[in-house]
Amino acid sequence: MAEQKNSKLFGVLAEFANPGDLLKAAEKVRDKGYKKWDTHSPFPVHGMDRAMGLKDSKLGIFVFICSMTGMLSAFYLQYWSSKIAYPLVIAGKPFNDYPSFGIWTFEGAILFAAFSALLGMFALNKLPLLYHALFSSKNFLRFSNDAFFISIEAKDPQFNAKETRRFLEEIGGKNIEVIEE
Amino acid sequence: MSAHMVEDPAVRQPLVEGGKTFSDVTEIVVRAAEVPLVKTPSWWLISLFVAFTGFTLYVSMVGYLVWEGTGVWGLNSPNAWGWAIVNFVWWIGIGHAGTLISAILFLFRQKWRTGINRFAETMTVFAVCCAGLYPIIHIGRVWMGYYMVPLPNQMGMWPNFRSPLLWDVAAIGTYAMVSTLFWYMGLIPDLATLRDRATNKVRKTIYGLFSMGWRGANRHWQHYERAYLILAAVATPLVVSVHSVVSFDFSASILPGWHTTILPPYFVTGAVFSGFGLVGTLMIIAREIYGYKHIVTRRHMENMAKIMLTTGSIVGYAYMMELFIAWYSANPFERFAFWNRATGPYWWAYASMIICNVVIPQLFWFKKCRTHMGIIFVITIFINIGMWFERFVIVITLHADFLPSSWDYYRASWVDVCTFAGSFGLFFTLFLLFLRFGPAIALSEVKGVMPEADPHHGSHGGEH
Repeated sequence: MAEQKNSKLFGVLAEFANPGDLLKAAEKVRDKGYKKWDTHSPFPVHGMDRAMGLKDSKLGIFVFICSMTGMLSAFYLQYWSSKIAYPLVIAGKPFNDYPSFGIWTFEGAILFAAFSALLGMFALNKLPLLYHALFSSKNFLRFSNDAFFISIEAKDPQFNAKETRRFLEEIGGKNIEVIEE
Repeated sequence: MSAHMVEDPAVRQPLVEGGKTFSDVTEIVVRAAEVPLVKTPSWWLISLFVAFTGFTLYVSMVGYLVWEGTGVWGLNSPNAWGWAIVNFVWWIGIGHAGTLISAILFLFRQKWRTGINRFAETMTVFAVCCAGLYPIIHIGRVWMGYYMVPLPNQMGMWPNFRSPLLWDVAAIGTYAMVSTLFWYMGLIPDLATLRDRATNKVRKTIYGLFSMGWRGANRHWQHYERAYLILAAVATPLVVSVHSVVSFDFSASILPGWHTTILPPYFVTGAVFSGFGLVGTLMIIAREIYGYKHIVTRRHMENMAKIMLTTGSIVGYAYMMELFIAWYSANPFERFAFWNRATGPYWWAYASMIICNVVIPQLFWFKKCRTHMGIIFVITIFINIGMWFERFVIVITLHADFLPSSWDYYRASWVDVCTFAGSFGLFFTLFLLFLRFGPAIALSEVKGVMPEADPHHGSHGGEH
């Protein structure tokens, strides 16, 4: 219907007084069946994942795979260079001296895990994204200080500027703003 | 003040005192970073001047060393390691508190860590910089430094992975990178706070770039928290491994006095001990200057004092156990090495080590000492000195090797002294810059442990 209008909109933003109100409001937004929405808070609010109906983060599996890759590559690097590429007798130690390869193998696993955890987090969050429509709201910038928000995006199939705005008001939202893209 | 009351473990003091709100906490923490450049406090400028002078000294000393060779240091034939390795081990030890606080205390759900973790992590990153430079300059021909890294080269040569010295490269390198990542990830939400409050374009751009467009979305927090947990989980074995690997440099050798299995745990505990020592020293200064007293409370300092007491006592136990095993081994060389440490030409270093590390921290058994900032400050200074002497005592074991005719007394040269003094310049230059422009306390984490952050706060009874 209002396709033309919605494409210019990013969505609606509502402020809530404290983490408790935010949590209760999030449960209501979830129950209403919205899909493209989010809560914004200065710190992670305990229990919010369930209140929003989010699935568990998949980051762990990704990190595990990367970490094992790091571990095996570090071992193979040592095996290949000490046994195949550059076999050199030092203090009579065997070429494939696997016990002494333990440190690099371990560090390889840790290093790959750490990088993949940070970069994987960025990838899953689609960051860096230096500009976002929400930053156009002066009030929204308080999210990093002491304010709590819910934003519902215009892309959501259920979104209707008037309806959604009224709904957010109903569940206790204050300072409601319509954000342009 | 209720200093004489016994703290009820069930009803603990709040971690943020004085009835502060979220925005009060923001104000306290970002105040220092938001002072306009022209209004930079004079104490900061003077400190930076002193630190930067030290840094210049460091650069010139390293330049002199590279130009002339390691002969400008006090090294001699049995004492090939000297101050460079003493200082390397000391700095890397300092760098252990950060990851311990951010990773291990996180896994143990010690919420009080939030007040001091940023400070400690920052110290870690900069201390590891200072540490990492020592082995590189110690090789003398610094342009050959890349030999330590497995890089394909035209000579078809590869490093010897069977050597403990190369294990060190992996351990320190990984530790430097992982602690930087951990530190940076923690900074992202706080840099976003600075970005959102920025009033001029330069600040907005710089903080904006580094905060990656963070918008506090819960869909982001979800992955962020998981990443934080994973980093903590991998950093925990890492922090234990780093100083263990450093100790392998010693214990995997076959020298009497070094070739012992107690070295890894002894090094790790000592590292935590010295790390907390320096965090304590700097935190006491910072909470006075910046007024962090409501965020870094007496309880935080007391907890740190307890950790110092514990680790200091473990270190003391290790000293005693070393002596006992040397005697019990019935190995005359082993016995001599330890007897020589305690009563030989370096008896003064051994005595300083015992007094500073084992005797003085025992004062922390008294609550009065654990809660009095002046006393904690003085004790932490002793710990910093004592732990330096510990490394000196261990490294200088080299002075009496197997052949008495080659024994030699080791004296540091003026270049050694100036390089060490200069490395403080490097450390404090970086640290002061961070204090001036960065969030010195983990804002989002401190807010997250305040009672108001609990969604069920204030609704007791209200909700049936």
